[in-house]
Amino acid sequence: MALIETRELEKIYELGDSPVHALDGVSLSIDHGEFVAIMGPSGSGKSTFMNLIGCLDEPTKGGYLLDGIDVSKLNRDELAEIRNKKIGFVFQGFNLLPRTSALENVELPMLYNDTTSGKRRERALTALKALGLEGREHHHPNQLSGGQQQRVAIARALVNDAPLILADEPTGNLDTKTSIEIMELLVRLNQESNITMILVTHDPDIASYSSRIIRFLDGRVIRDENVRKT
Amino acid sequence: MINIPSTLKISFRALRVNKMRSALTMLGIIIGVGAVITMLAVGTGASERISKQIASVGSNLIIILPGSTTSGGLRMGAGTQQTLKKEDAEAILKECPAVSDVAPVLNGAAQVIYGNQNWSTGVYGTTSGILAVRDWSLISGRPFTEQDIRNATKVAIVGQTVADYLFGGMEPINQIIRIKKVPFTVIGILEKKGQSPIGQDQDDVIYIPVSTAQKKIFGTHFPGMVRSIMVKAKSTEDLSAAESQITELLRQRHRIGPRQENDFTVRNLTSIMQVAEQSTKVMTLLLGAIASVSLLVGGIGIMNIMLVSVTERTKEIGIRMSVGAKTWDIRLQFIVEALTLSLVGGVIGIIAGIAGSQLLTALAGWSTIVSPLSVILAFGFSGMVGIFFGFYPAYKASLLSPIDALRYE
Repeated sequence: MALIETRELEKIYELGDSPVHALDGVSLSIDHGEFVAIMGPSGSGKSTFMNLIGCLDEPTKGGYLLDGIDVSKLNRDELAEIRNKKIGFVFQGFNLLPRTSALENVELPMLYNDTTSGKRRERALTALKALGLEGREHHHPNQLSGGQQQRVAIARALVNDAPLILADEPTGNLDTKTSIEIMELLVRLNQESNITMILVTHDPDIASYSSRIIRFLDGRVIRDENVRKT
Repeated sequence: MINIPSTLKISFRALRVNKMRSALTMLGIIIGVGAVITMLAVGTGASERISKQIASVGSNLIIILPGSTTSGGLRMGAGTQQTLKKEDAEAILKECPAVSDVAPVLNGAAQVIYGNQNWSTGVYGTTSGILAVRDWSLISGRPFTEQDIRNATKVAIVGQTVADYLFGGMEPINQIIRIKKVPFTVIGILEKKGQSPIGQDQDDVIYIPVSTAQKKIFGTHFPGMVRSIMVKAKSTEDLSAAESQITELLRQRHRIGPRQENDFTVRNLTSIMQVAEQSTKVMTLLLGAIASVSLLVGGIGIMNIMLVSVTERTKEIGIRMSVGAKTWDIRLQFIVEALTLSLVGGVIGIIAGIAGSQLLTALAGWSTIVSPLSVILAFGFSGMVGIFFGFYPAYKASLLSPIDALRYE
């Protein structure tokens, strides 16, 4: 069974007089362990698609099965639970809580499930260590470099053992060298832990780390190709 | 499942990060709670003082005064007629079932001399009943006996003020004092009572047997005449019964026809003072109500800050939602923040209120009493303010769509 299965997904925004079809009938299937890059110019609907499969937004029409669960039938709190258990987010702007230590940022997703405080700490420390952030546990985001901040965000995405990581322009705010580090990290997680990676980018170099590239234009998929890894 | 310890942790951190703002918001509650406690303390202190004064005059007290004389069409006012007798007092005690004690009084001012000291004071000829009527006791010596009254012996019981002025530190019992040059033996000393409700020194007094006063000190035209009769009713409920029993009895004894006016006046002192006590209670409530308004304003301050906080932290709310925070996780976070502000403010306010009351006592000399009830009330009220005014911002925050919150800059 596919991890992600969308059927004729539609998202319509009412802006002014005319409705805008941000997403106009997208049917896609993504399997466990895939590394997918979603590309397209701005306004092509790729971010809208990400928000829908990330359960941050609800579709106007169409169906969406995540790990066999019909997400379109869930309420707010059930969606929150899905996000907590199944999805890790990595954003362009990192989205870490300011004035909060790296450790506490990584503990954050576990505050919203039944993890005990001892277990929380232990797992957060393990995740930070795995991402090479040992010794930075008590630094606040503004004391960390961009690459370090993004690694804290990845640690946060991993800490609940989610099968899926959604990365929206994860290297958009980073320099080339750090971008390569982060991408190699994501590839490693994909290969070693079999975590499904879906990343949105408009940078072909970044997309080249993936094994499948889906191109969006005007709210539709115009190309969906498997690429051979170099 | 909502994780309470983590929610507390999240909220406390948010408050710590904005120290100045939290402190200023709390100040509203501190002032509110402090004002409520101080005002209630002032009110409670005042009514307590009045109750004490009422008790010091004597509880369930009725005073009978002679009526007024009419001279050439001029009515001379209460007490000008000499119609009350010692025997009236004895009859009241015997025949009115609602009365427990009675004391006839014949009083006047007199110069009192002991050795080379002298002092002008109120001298009251009365019977041993006076002690029961006025809820008064002796700190040493003995009360009047039946014999003292019957034989008009020259014995005196002195109040604290008189004892202080005449004897200084000396033991007054068995000393001889002169009242209007007549020698009296001091047989007892009254315990200290303090001021009356109208500010008189109740301890500036000498009691002598009523018969002695009639024969030796205040000579009267009519034998057995007294200036007033003090009566103690059996209980507060018996006061009005006692009043009407006395009126009926005295009308009969004084042979007053059905159409004639009373030649005496019956005054129920206790009920007059209870009215005063009631009005202080009303005043206490009023003061408390006014102070509560400031507590309400403090609550609105909390809501204001929480609303600002929600707007300012929209992105944080979005991040929390994206990692799985549910509706009530977000709501509780903000409610707990508001509640913490108001409860910590409440505790500091209670301390400030107690300190304020004591300051008022020290500086202005007002008697204040901080009752435990007012503390519980103020604390409970500030907690309610926190929940009430914290809920709307919390509710607003929880309704944000995760994606809109995340995109908020």
